[in-house]
Amino acid sequence: MTSAFKSKLLYLGLPIALALGLFMPDWAIFLGIISLAKGLVVLGLMLLWRTGLVSFGQGLFYGAGAYTVGILPQYVPISDAFLLVLISAAGAGLIAFGLGFLLRRYREIFFAMLCMAFSMIFYGILVKSESLGSTDGFNVVQTSYLGYTPAEPIEMQRILYATTALVAWLACLFVNRYLGSTMGRLTRAIKDNELRVEYLGFSAKVAVHFKFVVAAVLAGAGGALAAIAIGHVDPEMVWWIQSGEFVFVTILSGVGNVIAPLVGSVVFEILRTFAIEYAPQAWQFVVGGCLLAVIMFLPGGLWSLIERSREGRDDGNSAR
Amino acid sequence: MTAILRAESLYKSFGAVNAADNINVSIDEGEVIGVIGANGAGKTTFVNMVTGYLAPTSGKLYFYDRDITGFNPKSATEIGICRSFQIPQLFSTGTTFENLMVAMGVAEEGAMPFWKPLDTEERMARCEEILSRYEILEYRDQIAQTLPQGVRKLLDIAMASVHNPKMLMLDEPTSGVTAAEKFSIMDIVVTALRQQDVTILFVEHDMEIVSRYATRVLAFYDGRIIADAKPEDALADEQVRQFVIGETAHAIAAG
Repeated sequence: MTSAFKSKLLYLGLPIALALGLFMPDWAIFLGIISLAKGLVVLGLMLLWRTGLVSFGQGLFYGAGAYTVGILPQYVPISDAFLLVLISAAGAGLIAFGLGFLLRRYREIFFAMLCMAFSMIFYGILVKSESLGSTDGFNVVQTSYLGYTPAEPIEMQRILYATTALVAWLACLFVNRYLGSTMGRLTRAIKDNELRVEYLGFSAKVAVHFKFVVAAVLAGAGGALAAIAIGHVDPEMVWWIQSGEFVFVTILSGVGNVIAPLVGSVVFEILRTFAIEYAPQAWQFVVGGCLLAVIMFLPGGLWSLIERSREGRDDGNSAR
Repeated sequence: MTAILRAESLYKSFGAVNAADNINVSIDEGEVIGVIGANGAGKTTFVNMVTGYLAPTSGKLYFYDRDITGFNPKSATEIGICRSFQIPQLFSTGTTFENLMVAMGVAEEGAMPFWKPLDTEERMARCEEILSRYEILEYRDQIAQTLPQGVRKLLDIAMASVHNPKMLMLDEPTSGVTAAEKFSIMDIVVTALRQQDVTILFVEHDMEIVSRYATRVLAFYDGRIIADAKPEDALADEQVRQFVIGETAHAIAAG
């Protein structure tokens, strides 16, 4: 896939596709918001994945973002969605910055399990905190958008979709820019040969720490947007199964392009929605079967389908 | 001459084994040091300590009179001590060009390394120039793990050289390559590094290479330096002939 085509996709294709989402039927708007919000988390996981790291604890940052949106307006007169998302993302990043000093020393399964351990500690705290609604959670107050408070629920959903789409697009632009930078190019380098990275004069630990914080910021933003959309937060958002779902979607998506996590997330939400609709007793079987099929037949994820078709077309053109 | 590197009473032990046993040596700017010794003599341990991979058990290391004892690889690289490896350390899934570009990007990284693009036209042109200087431009787009051993060695050294090192330590730069390639690799490397005014220290088993390229030889045996002299004198040394080159006592007596 040429870089010109990738640029076209990112700067033209993606914003158009996201904008077209505004014309979705009412029932699909909520699905779109949740897909993109979770896609943000997966985008962060993609960064770690490329470095050879898997986090089974992104639910921690997703939940931290969500709970920030829930808690903050109770104490501070802030209801603007943009500001809340910004603060939630920064808060999640701050947590990751602190945890990163420990986690950056670990790799492979130890990194994955430590991430999960921290997310489960947070889960435990939430479950035991009656002031935070314990296992039931609590409702999130209605947000405004740059001073405008939508009157109708569906209007609110469409504005929130536009907000989520904008955040997702900006996040893709940032991550794409980052991946093209020296530090971004160290993602694969660290996976390949950490010793060489150190002997080039760059700390692999610092690079991992930075990626971990970026992934957390994205997860925090995703959690905040999801909380606004759902209007409720509960400890399930931090639960390890939620973190596992993010890893699932990363495998489904593939890590070949910054757009892949959004595509994968949308596909996953559609798959799950229809599986629950048509096979309410066996929807996990359907979703699990799909993951199995992807691992066996598309180890590069759904994105590899696009890459293959593109390469096929390029080969065809050169043959002509 | 200014001393670029000084080791004082350097010891390194692994349990009961002394890999470095009271090493005292001073290396001047511009020298080309050949380090010889049998396997396990302590050559690579010495390189590992200077480049921060291993911390000495005791003793001191000075780089331009600055105490660098216990520096880590990143810190050693930053002050200008770079290295290549016996087994080339490359980014195996990247191309030759990508490997060198990443090395250059890190070396030239200033503020905002997470934002400035790596692939600038100017850097890409310089990258090709360096590949050309090391005579591996034809392998530009080949994945590193599929490169021939000689090319891997050259790329490893080229990556180490882009940080503008003051001292470059080459760990067996010609090991694993054919006899025919050895001299051409050393010619390319020494010529390229001389252009950068780099002090070179190379670990080598081939005495012909040592005689031809080194201006001074350090011979290691059992963690100690048993000879420190010009190549012709060091290679004629009785202990070196016995413990490093492996000549029999009879052959040494016969001259």
